[in-house]
Order: sequence, then structure tokens, then C-alpha cells
Amino acid sequence: MGSLKIENVKKSFGPVDVLKGIDLDVKDGEFVVFVGPSGCGKSTLLRVIAGLEDATSGRVLIDSQDVTATPPAKRGIAMVFQTYALYPHLTVRDNMALGLKQAGEPAAEIEKRITAASTMLSLEPYLKRRPAELSGGQRQRVAIGRALVREPKLFLFDEPLSNLDAALRVNTRLEIAQLHRRLKATMIYVTHDQVEAMTLADKIVVLNAGRIEQIGAPMELYHSPANEFVAGFIGSPKMNFVDGARLGESVKTVGVRPEHLTVDPKAGSWKGTVVHTEHLGADTNVYLDCEKAGLITVRIFGVYDAEPGSTLYATPDAARTYRFDADGKTVK
Amino acid sequence: MSKATASLPRTIGAHAILLTYTIIALFPVFVVVINSFKSRQAIFQQPLTPPTPKTFDLIGYTTVFGQGDFFLYFQNSMIVTVVSLFFVLLFGAMAAFALSEYRFRGNTLMGLYLALGIMIPIRLGTVAILQLMVASGLVNTLTALILVYTAQGLPLAIFILSEFMKGVSDDLKNAGRIDGLSEYTIFFRLVLPLVRPAMATVAVFTMIPIWNDLWFPLILAPSEATKTVTLGAQIFLGQFVTNWNAILAALSLAILPVLVLYLIFSRQLIRGITSGAVK
Repeated sequence: MGSLKIENVKKSFGPVDVLKGIDLDVKDGEFVVFVGPSGCGKSTLLRVIAGLEDATSGRVLIDSQDVTATPPAKRGIAMVFQTYALYPHLTVRDNMALGLKQAGEPAAEIEKRITAASTMLSLEPYLKRRPAELSGGQRQRVAIGRALVREPKLFLFDEPLSNLDAALRVNTRLEIAQLHRRLKATMIYVTHDQVEAMTLADKIVVLNAGRIEQIGAPMELYHSPANEFVAGFIGSPKMNFVDGARLGESVKTVGVRPEHLTVDPKAGSWKGTVVHTEHLGADTNVYLDCEKAGLITVRIFGVYDAEPGSTLYATPDAARTYRFDADGKTVK
Repeated sequence: MSKATASLPRTIGAHAILLTYTIIALFPVFVVVINSFKSRQAIFQQPLTPPTPKTFDLIGYTTVFGQGDFFLYFQNSMIVTVVSLFFVLLFGAMAAFALSEYRFRGNTLMGLYLALGIMIPIRLGTVAILQLMVASGLVNTLTALILVYTAQGLPLAIFILSEFMKGVSDDLKNAGRIDGLSEYTIFFRLVLPLVRPAMATVAVFTMIPIWNDLWFPLILAPSEATKTVTLGAQIFLGQFVTNWNAILAALSLAILPVLVLYLIFSRQLIRGITSGAVK
């Protein structure tokens, strides 16, 4: 219960094509994350799945049933929004109950599900409060609870952590991950934060400018990105891209992740000047202006002292260097 | 006010300016009310002094209640104002919701067309309106007034409300859709409560011109049964003799209902005015 299939979905707003033909298969129980920069169409795609936007062409199938023309409430989905979107005039309990009441569930069943959901999310003390009397984290838990009680085939999350502060974000992320493990439900999650994508997903869908760039498990994307865009988007700090010609290589671009570079004050392949260092405690980011490679970032584990202006040599790990052709595709 | 921003001369200055403005604004009302309690002679001899035991006279009020059917006039004014207000708010909010929520061909043009009424005074169409009312047999009915006032109030209502409705979170409406609420439920249960301050603002701006209007009652519904208060007060205005006591008393009485309506809306209104500034 809870598979999703998207067939060649396109969406245009007037002359602007937001989705340019999306095909996607989501298996039952998978946690799929749509990730991409702002304006790549990930939220629009989620809205098309939810039925809040009509696709210009293409089909959406939930559990092999064509739901392209089905209204959102009948699709068996539940959605958690970035701004929580709780009904301000209803108590937490009524917020959770509303959808079930609309669907005509018996009162005993509604009560049972609310009790179960509020226990799972430790919301019992707040059931009688209104959203205005709750903190941001509590509100988002209520929104998740409202999705839970519907027992949907698909959970849709639209950047649910963006409005929370950093500490709460990590906690809530953990809760969502645990929830997925416990419910074994199919979840689709939209975010622009690649850390959320990497930590939560079974499968990441990288979107850019209305197209899918690559679909794969987090480590698959990290170790073998299909193209320059995915290589640059996954991983933090961003992968260094160096013009192939400057390194005397036949390919257009050479990419190496900051953590796959080593530095040495005496000898190495790329000589450079230290521009700036960022000390994060667990690791240190050194920005080097290299003669051959231009400005690159090197991530060194542990504390490393490098004075701005001093000379350092950077050496890429040859086994973990990526090469891209003129179209940005990875050269194997 | 916090200590850091308050300085005595500035506070005094601000209060002085505000008090002066309040006095200027309230002065005509004050003169009308005090003179309505005075005898005819006293009104002309000392128009600015409050009634003293010597000059105190309720003749104006007794005339108003004795002559003409003032309770009926009040009732007419009340019906016309409240019903028009209801329709303006209902239709205005619905149109504003459609304009701000749905993408359809001609959305912007429709919005401009509906807002056109703000720029063109409805009184320019009086002759056509009168012909229309005569043709449809609505002359001398309150329905005629209600229809005209609804049309008159709609443009501003749509203009103000659609701006406010654009500010209502899309996520909230979408959450309602996923929970299976109909568009009507979303409109009445989710959106309307959130734009209540704007509704109050529109209500006050719509209500006062309707209550005070003389033009359309005079032209469309001058019969005894359909007179409004402002029109009813005209019977004391003669070409040669004017019964000032009665007019002032009628006007003083006419302030009351609108004041009550205003007080009902005003708490919301203040929130409406400040809603952009303070979250």
C-alpha cells in the first residue's frame, strides 16, 4: 500500500515551463527526497502529486490507480507544510480530527487514532490548546500528527523543517526518520537542504530546472554523480571544479571534493596561497588560490593552522577525482 | 511608551496636536448635540453655550417623536444599511477570494473592472438607475436602495479585501483542501476569520456613506413608508421656515445607531489599520 508512479508529468505556468517531463517510480515504504535549488520545480512536483496543482500533461498513479483527475482529499495522501498550516481557530485535537470528520469516520475511530498519534508525538498535554499557544516545534509536531491520523498511502512533506531553528531541526529530523522506520509508510519529502536529503532518504531525486538530474541512494549520488550538477549539489562544502585544459587534461572539467584533497607545506601537485581558513573544530576549511586550479576549498579533518598569505601545496586523491565532458556528464 | 523614546516636551506636543484635531473634528457634532437640547431662542442667541436650566428645552425631541413616523424612518435606515452592508461584505469577500485565489483567463482585467467603481461616482448613473428601477417596478421600495448601495460599496470592498486575501497563507488553504474541505468551507471557515479586521474596515467605510445618504432615498424611495432618517429630517426644512430644534434633534438621534455599529466594528478596525505594521 503506497506506491507512486509519475509518467512524463509536465507543468507550465503560462509560457514558463516549470516541469519538463518527469518520470519517477516510488516503491511502497520508500523515503524519497526531492532536492534541488530554489525554483527547480520540486515543490510544484509535490503539489502535482498532492493534486493541489493540475499537471499540464502526464499521469500520476498512486497504488497503480490513475489519480490525475482525483481531488486531493480522495487521493489517500497527507501533507505537512513548511508554515505548519494549522487551523488557527481549532484546538490541536480538532485540527487533527477535521480531515477524518470530513471523511465521515466514526467518532470512536477518530478518538483512537488521535490518541495513538498524540502518544507517538508526545502531544497529549497540548490537545486542548490552540496553535497560537504552541511553539514552532510543537506546531510542526501537530502538523505531522494531523497527517498521521489520516493513515495515508503517501506522506508528503514540503520543507517541513525550514521554519525551525537549527537545534530543533536536528531533533525533528530524527523524529521523522524514526516515524518512517516505525510506520514503514511511503514518504515523499521536499527540501533544498542537502543535509536533510542525505540523512533521511532511501532514495534522493535531484531536480534542476524542471528536470530530474539523477535518482539514487545518498551514497550512490555522493560516490558516483551522473553529472557536474549533482556532483556540485551533493556534498558540503561544494566540490571543486577545475578547468580541464589548465590541468592538461582532455576533459572539460575536473572535479574533486574538498575532503579528497590533502595539503602539505612543502610539496604537492597544486601550489597555492592561503586566502582564508574556517575553523569548525572537528574540521578546518582552507581556501587556497592555486596557480593551476584557481580558488579551491580543502577540508582537513581536525584542527589545522594556516596563516592567510602562506604557501601550501594541495594534492587531489587520484582515485576520487571526477571528470566531466563538455555537456557536464561524468566521464567514466 | 518606553522611557528611552519618551521626552516630556515631545509628549506634550503630540498630545496638543491630537487634542486640537479631536476638538476640531468633534466640534460640529458637539454643537448639534448641545443645541438640540435648547429652546429655539437660545439656539440663535447663544449657539455655542451648553444648555442651562433656563434654556433647556426638549421641544425638538417632542416634535420629532410627535411628527412624522420617525421610528419607521430609523427602521428603514437600519434595514437598508445593515442589509446593504451584509451583501457588500458577502459578495465583496467572495469576489475578492476568487480574484486572489484562482488563476483564470482575464483575472487581472476582471479585477480592474470591479475596481473601476472606485473611480467613477455611482451618482453619474442616477438617471439610468431611476429608469431601471421604474422599469422593474422597484421605485419606492427599500430593495431599490439596497441594490444601489450594494453596487456602490462593492468596488472598494473587493479592492481592499483582495489585497488582504492574498496575504492569507496558501499552505493553510491547501491543508484544508487535503483535509477534504470544500472551497466554500475554506472560504467561510478558514479565510474569512483571518481577514476579519479588513472586513471591519470595509464595513465602516461602507456603512457611513449609506447611513448619511440623502440622494438616492430622495430619488428612488421618497414615499412615506420608505423614508430614511436623513430624508425624514428634511420635513423640518422648509423653504421659508426651518424647525431647527427638530432638525438638530433628528440629527442627534441619527448619530446613535451608526455610533453603535461603529463601536461594534471599531475594535476589529484598529487591528485592521495596524495589522500591516505590527505582527
